[in-house]
Amino acid sequence: MVEETFLTDEFLRQLIDVGEVDVLIGLPTHNNAETIGPVVQAIQAGILKCFPRDRAVIINPDAGSRDGTPEIVAGASIDDGRHASKLYALRTLHSISTEYGLHPEPGTALRTIVAASELLRAKACVVLSPESTTIEPDWIQRLLRPVYKDNFDLVTPIYRRHKFEGLLMRNLLYPMTRAIYGYGIREPYASEFAISGRLATDFLTKESWDNESDRISPEMCLTARAITGEYRICQSFLGTKVHLDPSAGDLVAAMRRTAGVLFSSLDSNFSLWSTVVGSHSVPILGPESELVLEPVQVNLKRLGEMFSSGIAELEPVFRSILSPATLTELQTIARSKDGNFNYSAELWAKTVYEFAASYHKSVISRDHIIQAMVPLFRGRTLTFVLENRDSSAEEIEKNVESLCREFERLKPYLLEVWSHRK
Amino acid sequence: MREIIIAELTQVMQELARGFAHYLPRLIVMLIIAFVGWVLASLLKVILRSILRVSRFAKLSENAGTTQWLKQAALPSSTELLSRFVFWVAWVGFVLLGVSVLGIGGLGEHVSRFFLFLPRLFVALIILFFGLLAASFFSRAALLAAVNANFRSPRVLSISIRFILIIFVFSMVFEELGIADQTMLVAFGITFAAVMLGLAIAFGLGGKDLARDFLEKRLVSGRKEAKEDELSPL
Repeated sequence: MVEETFLTDEFLRQLIDVGEVDVLIGLPTHNNAETIGPVVQAIQAGILKCFPRDRAVIINPDAGSRDGTPEIVAGASIDDGRHASKLYALRTLHSISTEYGLHPEPGTALRTIVAASELLRAKACVVLSPESTTIEPDWIQRLLRPVYKDNFDLVTPIYRRHKFEGLLMRNLLYPMTRAIYGYGIREPYASEFAISGRLATDFLTKESWDNESDRISPEMCLTARAITGEYRICQSFLGTKVHLDPSAGDLVAAMRRTAGVLFSSLDSNFSLWSTVVGSHSVPILGPESELVLEPVQVNLKRLGEMFSSGIAELEPVFRSILSPATLTELQTIARSKDGNFNYSAELWAKTVYEFAASYHKSVISRDHIIQAMVPLFRGRTLTFVLENRDSSAEEIEKNVESLCREFERLKPYLLEVWSHRK
Repeated sequence: MREIIIAELTQVMQELARGFAHYLPRLIVMLIIAFVGWVLASLLKVILRSILRVSRFAKLSENAGTTQWLKQAALPSSTELLSRFVFWVAWVGFVLLGVSVLGIGGLGEHVSRFFLFLPRLFVALIILFFGLLAASFFSRAALLAAVNANFRSPRVLSISIRFILIIFVFSMVFEELGIADQTMLVAFGITFAAVMLGLAIAFGLGGKDLARDFLEKRLVSGRKEAKEDELSPL
């Protein structure tokens, strides 16, 4: 049940005016006037094209934009029978904006969307990123239809990416989620996804919303909730993903939002994941992955230097987190010449598991543990780039699959360090 | 003559016996208080040790850096040391309380001073412990931030922060204990100013190339590197 004090009176009044809906489109924003236009147009076109007979609403939780973003979203309403893009709407598409604060808080934004979805009894709810300028009307259908028509509870995206983009996803989140929970979800941290009404209700009531994980990365928590609640999950290929947000390249923040939340989810779900052996594939609508192989300039020397200096400077910190054997191996790699640099899949999986166990035991501040992973991830990135410089898409897929299997093979090692590490 | 001596001796013996009879109960009371104090202090030590173990005090102590110091000084663990300290403070308190029952002139004042000093001692210890913990936390935070931002000499930055915070903590501890508080305040001021001046001179003279590199990297080549590393991790 939605807390009475959480949503503003004005927002509740607007929701009451809308009444029940079939589909809800959530669009959290903060000063996105430059990019929101194509997204709103795609939503309109997507609804008109694929859901013209269904009752739909756009919910826009805004973090105090001062560039007119909420006004642009509010202008996305379509009256009954209005002609738009050569298509006719048979129902009114409502669009409601509400200001939830003056600073972006992903947790509050998603909570607003999920609460509205429950109040309006939406059968399906899709959340979109306001920065997805490459969005196409079909994305709405590809995300919503599996929930709306095929009774799935969570639809996560699959994007067309450059072979060296999304490396945190391919080297840590995907392999670890797959090994831990047994679900092969390519994008466990998704900025675009769709959920069913029952998952929305469950998520709204079960999550505490006060802890750090829910505040900074509700998307990751939602995926974990869907997995642990044994909801029906599928993946849908959308298209090219672009990152316009400069903070998207902030590795420390990305680590906190992803690895930190994934490690945190292990605490409360130990009884569930500790018994999982192997993994099973999650249904995919469309291609499993598409990689762009265009050459790109990567500063390998800088990556190597940052890894080596990280290993040297953070040695006292690593002594609290890693086993002596792992630390010695990392120090050996840090001393190796450029051509011989190889942070193997096995060592990387062991490193990640030792970090997860140390995070569980809180051997030092949990945030410091996550920050200490950053130089090591740079080392793994360097190895990945070196290994796949001239590889084809199939070869890269094979390498990622091999990494996943290494994470699965070493899962008993995680259980060992989880239980016995002091 | 003989009778007088015997009478005097008898009187002295009687007075001694009277005095001893008057004093003996107080002595017994003192011994009882000391014994009860020992039992209570031992009990307190056991309870405190258990609480500290349950609350993982040793880990906090390790984070504060005190475990390392204690090891170097060949002292017991922080949990054991604190438990023993509380035991001795409690028992000495009870013994002094017992001694005050004896009614020895002038001792009462010292005993009351001791009890008045105890709260300040505890506050000083708490300041010291949490101060060292904060120094360790912030120096590690600075080290991680500097390493991830690819700053040069991150460990120097981290050690400087730790050093300044420890000086600050010790000046607070001495002020709380009332030990040479004015001297400590002045010493802290002088040390802090010296460190800041040293850093300013070192950066201005010795590190002018570093400063130029830093600014160039931030304002000129930083753009180039950012362009090269545009790959998004997510």
